[in-house]
Amino acid sequence: MAAVILAVAEVADGALTRLSTEVATLARELAAQAGGTALGLVVDAAPDAGAAQLAPYLPRVVAVTSPACAGETWAPHAAAEVRRLVDEGVTHVLVGATTDGRDLAGALVGLLGWGVLANASGVTWSPDGPVVEASILGGKAITKSVLTGDAGIVTVRLNAATATAAASPGAVEIRDVAAEPATPAATVLERVAEAGAEASLEEARVVVVGGRGVGSREGFAIVEELAAALGGVLGATRASVDAGWVPYARQIGQTGKVVKPALYLGLGVSGAMQHRVGMQSAEAIVVVNRDPDAPIAEVADLFVIGDLFEVGPALLAELRARRGS
Amino acid sequence: MRILVLTKPVPDPAAGTERLGPDYRLDRAAAPGVVNGNDEYALEAALQLVEAHGGEVEILSMAPANGTDTMRKALAMGAARGILVTDPALAGADLPTTIRVLAAAASAEPFDLLLAGLDTSDGQGGVVAAGVAAILGLPLLSTAGAIEPDPAAGRVRVRRLSAKGYDVVEAPMPAVISCTQALGAPRYPSLKGIMAARTREIAQRAIADLDGVDVPSGGAWASRVIEAEKPPARAAGRVVKTPPDEAAREIADFLADRRLI
Ligand SMILES: Cc1cc2nc3c(=O)[nH]c(=O)nc-3n(C[C@H](O)[C@H](O)[C@H](O)COP(=O)(O)OP(=O)(O)OC[C@H]3O[C@@H](n4cnc5c(N)ncnc54)[C@H](O)[C@@H]3O)c2cc1C
Ligand SMILES: Nc1ncnc2c1ncn2[C@@H]1O[C@H](COP(=O)(O)O)[C@@H](O)[C@H]1O
Repeated sequence: MAAVILAVAEVADGALTRLSTEVATLARELAAQAGGTALGLVVDAAPDAGAAQLAPYLPRVVAVTSPACAGETWAPHAAAEVRRLVDEGVTHVLVGATTDGRDLAGALVGLLGWGVLANASGVTWSPDGPVVEASILGGKAITKSVLTGDAGIVTVRLNAATATAAASPGAVEIRDVAAEPATPAATVLERVAEAGAEASLEEARVVVVGGRGVGSREGFAIVEELAAALGGVLGATRASVDAGWVPYARQIGQTGKVVKPALYLGLGVSGAMQHRVGMQSAEAIVVVNRDPDAPIAEVADLFVIGDLFEVGPALLAELRARRGS
Repeated sequence: MRILVLTKPVPDPAAGTERLGPDYRLDRAAAPGVVNGNDEYALEAALQLVEAHGGEVEILSMAPANGTDTMRKALAMGAARGILVTDPALAGADLPTTIRVLAAAASAEPFDLLLAGLDTSDGQGGVVAAGVAAILGLPLLSTAGAIEPDPAAGRVRVRRLSAKGYDVVEAPMPAVISCTQALGAPRYPSLKGIMAARTREIAQRAIADLDGVDVPSGGAWASRVIEAEKPPARAAGRVVKTPPDEAAREIADFLADRRLI
């Protein structure tokens, strides 16, 4: 049976997410390796723009206008559409390892009984189907896993693939919504954007992180100024989130975001394993810590032993001076 | 209110002694067991909810027989009783089986809320709560940062953390909720709690005790690990211990070399 690989895309504020373009690219590449076919799915109250943005990556995109998604949780509605496509022959479902994506993957595992390979940081195709690379045990091991049957689900982390458009764009097929959500949907009463949570941490080229060493909400001023000077985005450790200095959406690590920026600059971060799993594949890692024995030294390309309240402002002045010159 | 909390015994991440066995399955005997971090947040939230609204908290685990040791820690925090699904046929179980088993065991218990962790520190699938909700036909309120039930109205409201902030979501009870650290730090068991936990009941169930669950025979799971290795070590970095101005110049040079400024 030839593989039919479905990439389930996500739309945020009317536009396709970057992760969705990567998931779509992965689906197309895997289908090529498998000698099968790939298609995409967009389920949204207004899917047209997202579907048009997805079409360059896949030969076929199914767009479902689901008005209920405006005021209800997405996964139950998306699961109903995926199930229809499974009835039409889809063998593998790829979805981002996001909040909504995991809700969808879990619902599908429950409803279809399919195997699932979670948190892929890379996927290739073998004669046995997808081979998924993932980091487990808080980054202590990297595993490769396969499905034993000929159908399954893969949740995909950001940067598991580089988004590239196909030679020619695919066709978009508009569909009516399935009669019922696959599971009971919850009502969304309100969507709240928190200050400091807007810029996408996962997509940032530069991430500047403050840990417990920053000491207070006021102390974060220097971290924020450095982030701004470097054109970067603010990140945090769990310690600084738990202290209430930074919103949870900024947390990097095992229970937060996984980032892979060109530069990670960490101030007052010890480098606990649970934090490192979220940042250790950054291209360059620079840290300022006054403790020469901080474990973050193990992954740092440049480890500055010093007080962040001295080195931080000096660096800010240096960056401004160089920009001025 | 009756709240059922899914608690998974996992190897203590802080002990650093986790090992994979020859078949790349986690060697659950190699490291001391603890309650999965996110499940402790779920349990803490559950305890606070019954303190506010009355009722009882029960915990449900699927684990090897020695899972009772870890469950006692959860009972010591204040859960009234535990159910341990344990069966040799479940060793190394995959996610679909784990989901089916937990759903079947949960369906035998009356509850208003079923709480689970967002994900696990050993596997990090982050799909079990959604899978159990789907099988039970219940609404899922995931990634909870706050939980507000309205028992009189039979509804529950959850602050669902999103990429941008949070959504306020609501559903009728019974409902399934996946829990995060944003719910607040778990309590330490009191001495009294630890003593009380010794005599609290942990009911054991085998697969045969559960309604309508078939488990693939001979461990023919839907997925399999074929390779495991340590993450590649990064090349040793440079250590700088100079006065702040000089250190700042070194950092700026480093960034300039890499075209980051
Ligand atoms: C289940 C579980 C999940 C977790 N998930 C996450 C996660 O997703 N993300 C995460 O980050 N953590 C996570 N943690 C927590 C993690 O174990 C650490 O506790 C946390 O990362 C520590 O944060 P920190 O580095 O900010 O604080 P600390 O470990 O306290 O380190 C502070 C550092 O700042 C330095 N410092 C202090 N003052 C100064 C100064 N003036 N100048 C320079 N340096 C200074 C100190 O030397 C120290 O190294 C998790 C833990 C568990 C158990
Ligand atoms: N074996 C298990 N026993 C009890 N609860 C579990 C088990 N596996 C998973 N869970 C629950 O499901 C949550 C998510 O797990 P996972 O999807 O495996 O990351 C955990 O935080 C637990 O609350």
